[in-house]
Amino acid sequence: MTFAISDKAIDAAAARAAVADSCCGALAVFEGWVRDHNEGQPVERLEYEVYRPLAVKEGARILEEAAARFEIEHAVCVHREGLLELGEIAVIVCVSSAHRAAAFDACRYIIDEVKTRLPIWKKEHYVSGISEWVSCEQCAQSGHMHGETADE
Amino acid sequence: MSARVRVRYFALFREQTGCASETLEWAGGTARDLFELVSGKHPALTAEAAALVAVNDEMADWATPVGEGDEILFFPPVAGG
Repeated sequence: MTFAISDKAIDAAAARAAVADSCCGALAVFEGWVRDHNEGQPVERLEYEVYRPLAVKEGARILEEAAARFEIEHAVCVHREGLLELGEIAVIVCVSSAHRAAAFDACRYIIDEVKTRLPIWKKEHYVSGISEWVSCEQCAQSGHMHGETADE
Repeated sequence: MSARVRVRYFALFREQTGCASETLEWAGGTARDLFELVSGKHPALTAEAAALVAVNDEMADWATPVGEGDEILFFPPVAGG
């Protein structure tokens, strides 16, 4: 189980190779890509800010949780930081297991937790020249209280 | 009794406060109390329901007591992936 933050382009083949094992009959991969639009606004590039000490610790914890919940053999997750251009891989999750159901479930679990728990922030730079910090859809939709501070 | 703490701001919070970190002397209390204190100091800082707090590099709760020598990290709503 390996979690990493990278300031260079993610090597998808290397991430895939890292979970290869002859005891596995299934590989599930999720890649998050930099998309050219968000909520109707054309996006030019993205910027990820990462607080590494905690992101790495919490990322490793998420992979351990996935290993405890699902029958998987290996899991790797790499998240980018810095400036990314359209089409680049922002995050990759690779999970291998004996059978496919566990690989799919664990892959989904890992990416969902990564999006809501890691100290990673995304700034979208729009074609219009404006840039804005984006918050995760799930938090915004559910009010997703991580403790109660806000009373606005 | 007063406590000396270091507060760090990230992403949106850093832009709103105009600083990455600061050291404060205060009466002590919970992470929530400290956030209220710095909100008074930095009026642009917005209290977000999905904000997170960490103390000494461990994710913490808003009710976590913070005291002398602690480093408190205020995270605006996260957006990985």
